[in-house]
Amino acid sequence: MGNSSSMLTQYDIEEVQEHCSNTFSQQEIVSLYQRFCQLDRNGCGFISAEEFMTVPEFAVNPLSQRLFRMVDGLNFKEFVLFLSAFSSRASLQQKVEFIFKVYDSDGNGKVTFNEMLDILRDLTGQFISEQQREKVLTQVLEEAGYTKDSLLVQADFMKILGNSGLKMEVEVPVD
Amino acid sequence: MSKLNTSSSELDLDRPNIEDYLPSGSIQEPHGTLRLRDLLDISPTLTEAAGAIVDDSFTRCFKSNPPEPWNWNIYLFPLWCLGVVVRYGLLFPLRVLVLTIGWIIFLSCYFPVHFLLKGHDKLRKKLERGLVELICSFFVASWTGVVKYHGPRPSIRPKQIFVANHTSMIDFVVLEQMTAFAVIMQKHPGWVGLLQSTILESLGCIWFNRSESKDREIVARKLREHVHGADNNPLLVFPEGTCVNNHYTVMFKKGAFELGCTVCPIAIKYNKIFVDAFWNSRKQSFTTHLLQLMTSWAVVCDVWYLEPQNLKPGETPIEFAERVRDIISVRAGLKKVPWDGYLKYSRPSPKHRERKQQSFAESVLRRLEER
Repeated sequence: MGNSSSMLTQYDIEEVQEHCSNTFSQQEIVSLYQRFCQLDRNGCGFISAEEFMTVPEFAVNPLSQRLFRMVDGLNFKEFVLFLSAFSSRASLQQKVEFIFKVYDSDGNGKVTFNEMLDILRDLTGQFISEQQREKVLTQVLEEAGYTKDSLLVQADFMKILGNSGLKMEVEVPVD
Repeated sequence: MSKLNTSSSELDLDRPNIEDYLPSGSIQEPHGTLRLRDLLDISPTLTEAAGAIVDDSFTRCFKSNPPEPWNWNIYLFPLWCLGVVVRYGLLFPLRVLVLTIGWIIFLSCYFPVHFLLKGHDKLRKKLERGLVELICSFFVASWTGVVKYHGPRPSIRPKQIFVANHTSMIDFVVLEQMTAFAVIMQKHPGWVGLLQSTILESLGCIWFNRSESKDREIVARKLREHVHGADNNPLLVFPEGTCVNNHYTVMFKKGAFELGCTVCPIAIKYNKIFVDAFWNSRKQSFTTHLLQLMTSWAVVCDVWYLEPQNLKPGETPIEFAERVRDIISVRAGLKKVPWDGYLKYSRPSPKHRERKQQSFAESVLRRLEER
């Protein structure tokens, strides 16, 4: 897959489709490639921070920095894999796994109190004091049967988020 | 591309409630007692971010949409090759010739008129207006421009300002051919800048500099002076502030709408079958753009001079600007997007992010109180 050519061969498409476990159709992958090339303005094969931030809708999102860190330097194949959690064909497990990865910033498979606090801080900004944030988080954790020192793993996330109608879907525009 | 910097808060003053356009309820508004689930479930925010990664209305405005290639089979391809030969070999030299003749006539008349008639201002201005209209006609002829004008021609009256949607610098030429407007433009480098400082200066054009924040006040003052001056050429403004791809309109800047004068909207729509007239300034220089136009078959467009509008009682300048944008978009068949064109050059202000954070924070605190 040359990064300067804007043509995908059938082999390329199938390779990407296999990599993301068929969560996207071939047409969607072609559309995503067009989008990837559109965002990757200097054609270096990955999308840099500057290029992401030129999308105002992305730049105003509170979690944009975190997401950016996850998608920084990805080539197209990995980019599609990253977005696969948002496909309508993705399973609930894949979606919860994605959310878990967003929380688990050091990637050790365990989400600590501080990691949860970090995300809460991103979402609420300066509008809640740090003390209050800690208090709220501790309170809801204890109510759910955890403590401040608990380390949550993916199975815990699945239990907490699993049986609610988790909706996390994005439609890829196909011409 | 130069580094993006966070825009000053001034840009926000130009924007009406952007929340009306952005997907609402981004950070969910939960009900009932606060649970761990509610704090951990970041799926709405993530969905919004992923949605923006996959497609966004802002980038769509600046995407060049070249016409579909039609030369894809055995008998159409030789026809297309013949077309290329005709366009580059026959039309292009002819057009260059026409343009050169036009420039020779223009320059040989313009400089004598400008210098010799220094004392007779009224006559000089009239002749200069006529000459500028002439050279613009030559330009339009050099692209085989087929421009259809609809509506009453602009009249030279005081206290009026013309606004139009912006696709390329040729908008100015197309409109100028009919009426010698004074325009407010970004100062460009190179030969365009030279033209700007000599000939366009005499029309009473106003320059601005996007990167200077103090510039806006100076420009606003100049606008006001020009419009209230009795003898000045009618002023033409492109309130979008940047070139958009003729399928969408971005938000209008309110500067032209708070001068207390009548606003006359003009809608311009280019017919894409012949050539895509969008000047993607990130992709091509103006010279390349002009050359592309001169080697196409024709530039076909419609210009509608629409009914003059005044500020309604109780309407703010921003609402006025949006109303005029609506009129122009409907007439030219363009879709409206809620973005500021200057976001091409700078990032959105942190205020939008903060507003989302604030609403989520408030709902969390509120549900905490409810227990």
